[in-house]
Amino acid sequence: MKAILILENGQTFMGESIGSPRDTIFEMVFNTSMVGYQEILTDPSYAGQGVVMTYPLIGNYGVNEEDDESRQPWAEALIVRHLADRGSNFRCQETLDHYMKRHDIVGIQSVDTRAITRILRKQGVMNAMITCAESFNIQECMDMLRAYRVSNTVERVTIAQPEHYPGSGYRVAMLDFGQKWNMIHCLNHRGCDITLFPAHTPAEEILNGGFDGVMLSNGPGDPADCADIIREVKKLYDSDLPIFAICLGHQLMACATGAKTRKMRFGHRGANHPVKDLKRNRCFITSQNHGYVVMAQSIDPAIHEISHINVNDGSIEGLRYKNKNIFTVQFHPEASPGPVDTDYLFDEFLDMIRRHKEGEC
Amino acid sequence: MPKDTSIKKVLVIGSGPIIIGQAAEFDYAGTQACRSLKEEGVEVILVNSNPATIMTDKDIADHVYIEPLNVFTLREVIEKERPDAVLPTLGGQVGLNLAMNLWEDGTLEQYGVRLLGTSAESIHRAEDRQGFKDTMESIHQPCVTSLVVHAVEDAVDFAQKIGYPVIVRPAYTLGGTGGGIADNEDMLREICDRGLALSRVHECLIERCISGWKEIEFEVMRDSAGNVITICGMENLDPVGVHTGDSIVIAPTQTLANKEYQMLRTAALDIISALEIEGGCNCQFALNPDSFEYAVIEVNPRVSRSSALASKATGYPIAKVAAKIALGYTLDEIPNAVTGKTTACFEPTLDYCVLKIPRLPFDKFTAASRQLGTQMKATGEVMAIGNSFASALMKAVRSLEQHIDSLQLPKLKALSTEEIHKKLSVVDDERIYVCTEALRRGISAEEIHAITKIDIWFLDELQIIVDLEKELKEKGVPNRIRLRYAKELGFSDALIAQLAGSTREEIRDLRKRYGIYPTYKMVDTCAAEFDAATPYYYSTYDVENEAQIVFDGRKKVLVLGSGPIRIGQGIEFDYCSVHSVWALKRLGFETIIINNNPETVSTDFDIADRLYFEPLTAEDVEHIVELEHPWGAVVQFGGQTAIKLTKALSDMGVPILGTSADGVDAAEDRERFDEILRLCEIPRAEGRTVYTTEEALEAANTVGYPVLVRPSYVLGGQGMEIAYKDQDIVEYMKIINQTVQEHPILVDQYLMGREVEVDGVYDGEEILIPGVMEHVERAGVHSGDSIAVYPPLHIEEKHKQTILRHTRNLAKHLGVIGLINVQFIIYNDTVYIIEANPRSSRTIPYISKVTNVPIIDLATKVMLGEKLKDLGYGTGIYPEADYYAVKMPVFSFEKLTDVDINLGPEMKSTGECLGIAETFPQALMKAFKGANMKVPKRGNRVILTVKDEDKGEIIGVARTLEELGMELYATKGTCACLEKVGISVKMVNKMEQESPNMADMIQSGTVDLIVNTPARSKQQDGDGVKIRRMAVEHSVLCLTSIDTAHAILTARQQGHSERLRPIDITEI
Repeated sequence: MKAILILENGQTFMGESIGSPRDTIFEMVFNTSMVGYQEILTDPSYAGQGVVMTYPLIGNYGVNEEDDESRQPWAEALIVRHLADRGSNFRCQETLDHYMKRHDIVGIQSVDTRAITRILRKQGVMNAMITCAESFNIQECMDMLRAYRVSNTVERVTIAQPEHYPGSGYRVAMLDFGQKWNMIHCLNHRGCDITLFPAHTPAEEILNGGFDGVMLSNGPGDPADCADIIREVKKLYDSDLPIFAICLGHQLMACATGAKTRKMRFGHRGANHPVKDLKRNRCFITSQNHGYVVMAQSIDPAIHEISHINVNDGSIEGLRYKNKNIFTVQFHPEASPGPVDTDYLFDEFLDMIRRHKEGEC
Repeated sequence: MPKDTSIKKVLVIGSGPIIIGQAAEFDYAGTQACRSLKEEGVEVILVNSNPATIMTDKDIADHVYIEPLNVFTLREVIEKERPDAVLPTLGGQVGLNLAMNLWEDGTLEQYGVRLLGTSAESIHRAEDRQGFKDTMESIHQPCVTSLVVHAVEDAVDFAQKIGYPVIVRPAYTLGGTGGGIADNEDMLREICDRGLALSRVHECLIERCISGWKEIEFEVMRDSAGNVITICGMENLDPVGVHTGDSIVIAPTQTLANKEYQMLRTAALDIISALEIEGGCNCQFALNPDSFEYAVIEVNPRVSRSSALASKATGYPIAKVAAKIALGYTLDEIPNAVTGKTTACFEPTLDYCVLKIPRLPFDKFTAASRQLGTQMKATGEVMAIGNSFASALMKAVRSLEQHIDSLQLPKLKALSTEEIHKKLSVVDDERIYVCTEALRRGISAEEIHAITKIDIWFLDELQIIVDLEKELKEKGVPNRIRLRYAKELGFSDALIAQLAGSTREEIRDLRKRYGIYPTYKMVDTCAAEFDAATPYYYSTYDVENEAQIVFDGRKKVLVLGSGPIRIGQGIEFDYCSVHSVWALKRLGFETIIINNNPETVSTDFDIADRLYFEPLTAEDVEHIVELEHPWGAVVQFGGQTAIKLTKALSDMGVPILGTSADGVDAAEDRERFDEILRLCEIPRAEGRTVYTTEEALEAANTVGYPVLVRPSYVLGGQGMEIAYKDQDIVEYMKIINQTVQEHPILVDQYLMGREVEVDGVYDGEEILIPGVMEHVERAGVHSGDSIAVYPPLHIEEKHKQTILRHTRNLAKHLGVIGLINVQFIIYNDTVYIIEANPRSSRTIPYISKVTNVPIIDLATKVMLGEKLKDLGYGTGIYPEADYYAVKMPVFSFEKLTDVDINLGPEMKSTGECLGIAETFPQALMKAFKGANMKVPKRGNRVILTVKDEDKGEIIGVARTLEELGMELYATKGTCACLEKVGISVKMVNKMEQESPNMADMIQSGTVDLIVNTPARSKQQDGDGVKIRRMAVEHSVLCLTSIDTAHAILTARQQGHSERLRPIDITEI
């Protein structure tokens, strides 16, 4: 079936429908990872967004249950150059197309994904829609596209009730702003006993829960939309609990402590972003997925210390909080997809908890 | 960490002559490294025996030694130049081994020379089998179960324990030379015996055979601060079992999910970290397709063929960055030349699919076994970039220039489905064609996968191609949508026409009417995430064309490259193309290059102003012409590949700079050429142009045997042979007619005289001949396989003047503007012409270097209308140099089983080296050493076995051998003839005779040199081929020409009287 991709700037791309044939509007972003489409689709941070895969051959190894990063795919749409008819991999359980249909995810293939990426790079992230309609009113579409805004996404993706992932080690509370399962796995593998809380859980519940540490997860959307959550995060900051935060969690902690975030032109989404750990004086290749960033000029030297920077554009990739057991990163040490080179941060978190418990800090 | 400023002078070791397993990629890497070092103000000393390289140019390094690559030479160079450091990891295995030898024997310490980049300990740990295994174990990286052995018995014991099949990998050999898979004890004994003989340290690794697993490679980099990145992950279409150099390789990996990909990526980074490599490194893995189980196959602690491929596939200049790392920079301090904004510390991401296909030499070596295994056999490779697997594959197949532009191999059509089915289990260079044919016959992808273990994904992609073929065949000329689809899949207009029953022209016109034109995308390392400035493009049939034409006032010149390296068309043409680009740039032109060889300098993104990585076919070139509208095109420098496109370019309306299409045709067209020869009064061997066997027989009998038979439009003597009788002609015609012949076949009288070769630059009025070269072997041996001497030894002045006159006249009448290469024979005091090529030749680089005449620069200027008299190098024959330069052919016979090493009119060498010295014998000695040929010495044993015609001449050779104190053996006939003249010689039985015979001597290692001139007929030659093969496989020097034997003895007698001083050619 024919499908058409309509961009907010009025450009259109003719292609073929894949996945669900319904019409949908989304914020269009591009991801430069060459592998990991399934992890990307199921990353809650993509809620409300349509993802252009810059790598042209997608679906080659199919889809399997194990590689889901959350309970369902969250991306609104998938835009690819070429979708494989079947998956070839020992773990493959179904084709990507079948999976998308099953989960009602819209997609389009046979479009010039590089041209689309170049538009996004030059003009910034914009809204777009995919429709299979034979005819449509372009003006109506434009109006709809201009009106669309990704909002309330944290509410959509977070869990309704706390969940428990047992372990025999430290007790960690994780606030689910749209966490990826691999974050839980990374801590679980290290023995942690994890309680996953809905995003809007009052801080007191965590502070009184007898936890050894807190983890603030990644998640979708604009951190500035999360005023209520930021208030609770501030309370966590004021406590002496060791805290590790990733992506949206990192931005929320920054906002809670007076820093500001801004929307980036086209964000960082991919598996090849170099980040320098200033303490170790080492560069690491990281997995990234963010459209907002903490503004360097908004940080308070009395509170924040920049721990990581992006080697490409110098933007803030990590903060350490002075006189606190808190460190946060913009990138994704849990990877999945992407390089696991910064996996050591989970060890640092555990080490921080240990030292805190032993009264060292 | 900033640059280490104590490093002011660096020695770079090249990789020597082109052989199978070590080709142009090291010229690319070395050239990039030298430029990178010079950029930092470092003085560069270069040693490489290969004169056809760009790295041995005076403007690439400050001091250039074209000398044999051995410890002796390097010690001399170090003593003279006193470098601060040596860069060991850019000259392939040869460079690395030498650096290690110099470290081991204390030379480096003695002269205070540091090893740059990776430490000797690290190199040793990576290269030494046991050291490597131990290191891998310590970081929990699984290796294939294996054992290092030094004796065949140990190998047999071990194999019994782990079970057959097992793989034998000799230590420290190139491209796995001498290795193989053994299915049983007999095979193991044979392979292991050979492997031990070839290994520098007499060591082999015997390992569990994991054939059929996926083969995955990662190119990784590390700096002194410990930063690690992967440049590129690559997947071999051919599962484990085929050497990666002979495999079809795809970048990035296609069938790995994130988990497997990250598992192997992390393993590669852990390995490079544990080995503490500073620079580039290649890690090869085998991955069980049914689990997460994997094993480390091999690690190369240096830049390699794969890193050249990874550089071209991603745009990331690995060698350049490795050189900077060696100087102390960290990755985040090195700018990314592609984006200009970011740094070298990132991982390239691809938004296209890259495919590499090896170029195998079986079109030349028809007798060779086509089977592929752990021993690399490819001479070169092509790369293609597309936005789908199909388009990349179709482009790559076209780039191979193997007479087919699709996956339809004509000879498979005649086979039954059952035969195709059977053929699927044969692992050879045609397997991809067999797989597609199988799909065409309805054999399922699953079934093909079960036999070949090729991943289903690749087979599904082939199915897409097969489906379209079928559709075009059934439905005929496609409509607009389907035509666009066919173009998207990489089908050429000609292929669509062939399938749809139309003509190329009709499809082309239809395509244009539909407005279907390719669009070009940029290779930018970052999938368009950053704005990039690299003018490096590939074609797609997508929406946006990024190759925007900005006219800056400069005239545009298109330079055609020479495609894959193959026998007869090697690295020298890349040298010429690159120099032409540089000359054009200096003259203020905008340059555009089209080429498809990832190993070369010409496909580096900063050589030409714009690089199109595309097949060199008329259609693919036309697309670029239609986009760029070049002011002119240069075809003289890209070998036969470029010359073949002259007419097509002319037809497109592109002015050919220099010699016109008509001039090219006049040189190739027998009748027109004969007419010109008559006009110029240049004698040639009598000959005829024929098409059929009958005509050939008639021609041969008219001019008289022996005759030379060959196709016109020759490439390295393709299909050329000397026929002595009717039967030879019949056999020859049978072989030649297997490939479609558009052009006639030439039958010439064969003159056995002294061969002379010249390159000339002609400006329309005057000619400049930089040097006259004389061949050591008399006519009959292909010029590419002959030892050539400059300045000539035996050419009388009157003949030189005749040669000059003939060359000038010929150039004039052919309408040459630019280069001409002419070969002559001096026979009975007469100068006969053999052939003339109005293009660059393989001798240009070396003659440029030893005469100091910048031939390509002059030719380029002349093509643009300048006159020789204004260019400062005069006209006529350029004054001879004070040095002798001997060009020595180098062969790769040990890698190609079943190929007869006998030299003849068919070119067999893969590369060359040069010896430069004050005297001819010394230059000869250096050349033999450079070619790694052991010059026999006192006490050596020599076997002489020559055909009847040579029995007279062998006496001279035998006398010299005797004088030199060598022990002589000869087979019956030769022995009798030597005894008759009083030479003391022992008789040895021929191989087909009873033991002890020649074979026993070779196998037991008790013979050092064999001189064997094969009898003309295969019957009389007996087991000659077997003996010669056995000699090659046991590393015993075997000479098949009396002239070569004389030369090697001259070198021994007079070449070693004084020390062989290395000569810096920048001081000549």
